[in-house]
Amino acid sequence: MDFGFTTAAYVVAAVLFILALGGLSSQESAKRAIWYGIVGMALAVVATLIGPGSGLWLFSIVLIAGGAVIGMQLAQRVQMTQMPELVAAMHSLVGLAAVFVGLNAHIEIGRVDAAFAAAGETFPQLEYGALSGAAKDVADQFRGFAAIVAKKTAVEINILRVELVLGIWIGAVTFTGSVIAYGKLAGRVNSAAEKLPGGHLLNIAAAAISVISLFWYLGSGGFLPLLLLTLAALFIGYHLIMGIGGADMPVVVSMLNSYSGWAAAAIGFSLGNDLLIVVGALVGSSGAILSYIMCKAMNRSFVSVILGGFGGPAGEQMAVEGEQIAIDADGVAAALNEADSVIIIPGYGMAVAQAQQNVAELVRKLRAKGKNVRFAIHPVAGRLPGHMNVLLAEAKVPYDIVMEMDEINDDFPDTDVAIVIGSNDIVNPAAQDDPNSPIAGMPVLECWKAKQVFVSKRGQGTGYSGIENPLFFKDNTRMFYGDAKASLDTLLPKID
Amino acid sequence: MKIGAPKETFEGEARVAMTPASAKDLQKLGHECLIETGAGALAGFSDATYKEAGVKVVKTAAALFKESDIVAKVRPPSDTEVKRLREGQTLISFFYPGQNEKLMEAANKKGATVIAMDMVPRISRAQKMDALSSMANIAGYRAVIEAGNNFGRFFTGQVTAAGKVPPAKVLVVGAGVAGLAAIGTSTSLGAITYAFDVRPEVAEQVESMGAEFVFLDFDEEQQDGSATGGYAAVSSPEFAAAQLAKFREIAPDMDIVITTALIPGRDAPELWTEDMVKSMKPGSVIVDLAAERGGNCKLTVKDEKIVTDNGVTIIGYTDFPSRMAAQSSTLYATNIRHMMTDLTPEKDGVVNHDMEDDVIRGATVTHAKAITFPPPPPKVAAIAAAPKKELAKEPTPEELRANEAAAFKQQTRNQVTLLSVGAALLLLVGLVAPASFMQHFIVFVLAVFVGFQVIWGVAHSLHTPLMAVTNAISSIIILGALMQIGSGSYLVILLAALSVFMAGINIFGGFMVTRRMLAMFQKS
Repeated sequence: MDFGFTTAAYVVAAVLFILALGGLSSQESAKRAIWYGIVGMALAVVATLIGPGSGLWLFSIVLIAGGAVIGMQLAQRVQMTQMPELVAAMHSLVGLAAVFVGLNAHIEIGRVDAAFAAAGETFPQLEYGALSGAAKDVADQFRGFAAIVAKKTAVEINILRVELVLGIWIGAVTFTGSVIAYGKLAGRVNSAAEKLPGGHLLNIAAAAISVISLFWYLGSGGFLPLLLLTLAALFIGYHLIMGIGGADMPVVVSMLNSYSGWAAAAIGFSLGNDLLIVVGALVGSSGAILSYIMCKAMNRSFVSVILGGFGGPAGEQMAVEGEQIAIDADGVAAALNEADSVIIIPGYGMAVAQAQQNVAELVRKLRAKGKNVRFAIHPVAGRLPGHMNVLLAEAKVPYDIVMEMDEINDDFPDTDVAIVIGSNDIVNPAAQDDPNSPIAGMPVLECWKAKQVFVSKRGQGTGYSGIENPLFFKDNTRMFYGDAKASLDTLLPKID
Repeated sequence: MKIGAPKETFEGEARVAMTPASAKDLQKLGHECLIETGAGALAGFSDATYKEAGVKVVKTAAALFKESDIVAKVRPPSDTEVKRLREGQTLISFFYPGQNEKLMEAANKKGATVIAMDMVPRISRAQKMDALSSMANIAGYRAVIEAGNNFGRFFTGQVTAAGKVPPAKVLVVGAGVAGLAAIGTSTSLGAITYAFDVRPEVAEQVESMGAEFVFLDFDEEQQDGSATGGYAAVSSPEFAAAQLAKFREIAPDMDIVITTALIPGRDAPELWTEDMVKSMKPGSVIVDLAAERGGNCKLTVKDEKIVTDNGVTIIGYTDFPSRMAAQSSTLYATNIRHMMTDLTPEKDGVVNHDMEDDVIRGATVTHAKAITFPPPPPKVAAIAAAPKKELAKEPTPEELRANEAAAFKQQTRNQVTLLSVGAALLLLVGLVAPASFMQHFIVFVLAVFVGFQVIWGVAHSLHTPLMAVTNAISSIIILGALMQIGSGSYLVILLAALSVFMAGINIFGGFMVTRRMLAMFQKS
């Protein structure tokens, strides 16, 4: 088998990957598209194993099989509410792998250089691939990646170094960033935004160290600058994500997703592997678009999310008038029994309380009575893009009654009952009414236009942004206090 | 504290200020409850049911006044009742302090605190104790029922074997609480309902109740109800003329007219003149809910039902709530109970008469031997003032086209700028980078481009699967590790092996979990 076959296999794999992503445009085609992705991946791995300069393929297969066992275990055990954690954890693996592969590239350059020096030949060569005599003999010792390195010219070696530095740097940021994101999502690290004293100055310093190390490395080719640079990147990843609070996690996770792609693309450049570049670019742009959508849904700029925290209010905020009026399960049940149309707005609180099954049961009961029940999903509800959709799908809620914000926002005035379960900022009317509110201009679900609104909430606290929600004080709002799951448990038997 | 409710002494009054249900709730606040024997009889609550609810039944009103710390009543107290008040005692009832100054002074002399249920300010927090609204609601309902009782035809139109019956046409003047209740009752009985109010902003409420709002052809800055706490104010003579002209025009068509127009602190405005009554069909009914204050119709006789020469019945009763004593007592007792809840914030049976509280301050007319009426304006405005809307000008078709063209030009300019900047950057890179790098670079740029095109099409609901699957395919980094694993250096082999292993976890984990998620998405 030669390079031609491998390249052909790569082209096929790249097309399959593009189809796999494109297929996600609808629920039905996605089920088929996932197989394109699997086949593409298998093809790519097999072609590389039997293709250019790989060795130890048996060992590789054993390793992959080992990874497969763990991966499948993880995939089968994970709860749907834990998806954000799983995704973050898996990003960290890609980041770490990118760091390792980048380091390997550095080591290989060193080995080739040493071998050439031992044979008394100059490295790198002046012209690409034009090796002759003793130099050719030296180069022929090497297989795989090292063989490609041996043929490179001086300019190419420098470019290679820039590429591998980029790969390592992005990989390292992704690694620590994902680990911290995982910790925050899994509740092992305090999810509040925290910064070390010095704040962004520390990040700037670390970035400066990285840039200096890059030039140092290009000049000397030594290991020390590379190590420094890696450490600086690891620190940036850690510190940047520590400074971002819980509800901004959708942006963070999609950003890390994007980074893991760019890291793969950078590694692809240094290894001269087009498939790595293509897939890295696909993943990178996918994550970037997701981040963009999330930011848009919060009406905040990407920079302000990443640099952490809400900007201070622009002026005096409107005072909230009125009081929060509580209601018990009987009252909610009576209203639901009479309602014809109901819209449910789930948020992170539903995921925390693991209440999606109860919500689904409620929906089944109401739909069995012929009521029009739908869900309204805000783009940033939950801790992962599309988090609520997955939870509801797990609870067997049919996806055609789960609506996006733009699809359903105009329907609230004709709705009898809107139920808000564990969401806060995404239903805050201050975003529209109060130009001085920190969330002013953020698109929100206009549930207060429904005839009646019930809010299931643990207590009287404020949401992530720490601002008062005037919705809770509106005349047509009733507060249904208590843990979402327990509240629904008491409510369910009363729906007849 | 002991809360007592005496039997109402006013002639024909059937309501009572405490019901067995409200007594139970009052006891939860830590209070004891007393009732005069037979107080609830006319409203359908026997002494036995009170006893069951833990209420002490007292033989006489005098004994009740003596024993209670707080006396809850419906009507303003009679002179005898005022004499029975003592220092430190609290009286809660309708009081109308504006019209009953002497009564107020008498109560003040006795040193009693008086809370007037009719003075509860109209703010959202106080709605639950707004007894005027709950009584007006009943009056509105009852007005339609009384009208129906005196109206010889169906409300709803029917086509029967014996012939066609036209639906009744009902006009409700004044869309306050009573008016809206009347509209609701009338539409649910099947009548064609029209409604009028001087505040145009209530048109929406009227229409939401299923009635048709009668608009005037009148071009003047119309009233903003928010300036007067949600009540109507006096309108200009021109407006009043336009209004009467409109009524005159529709009067012959109406079968039932219910007038509810009241302006706080004034006599009822005359809206339904004698000639309008004359132009109505025989058998028509007018219910004048403003009879207490002279009536919206000149011919109304307070507390009586009269029939005019042309056969129009005019009802001037003023005791509609009392005619539905069971319902009105329940609501009024609940209003009182809410007032007590605010007065006993600790729920320990100790009354804390907080004069800083807007609601309590507003309703208190005498306290601590001083007359505290009229109250200062509440700190919270009842209704946010409606911002004066400036109508956005409708753009003409030419303007629209111009706008579109401008937007298109702008878009083109943006795209061209973006493309030229991108191209320039690419060319710059190409100048310095070697050819082997450029080959890969082209692939990279194209892949980013394809990525952007493809990802925009992904459904929002599938964003989590998208992340999982991109996660799985970003483990394509395994290729790099596989290319390096054949190296001669053990360190490289070790690092590459670790990478292969981790990427292996990711590939299988990512694809499996995506499949699991996608399988869950089901159509109904």
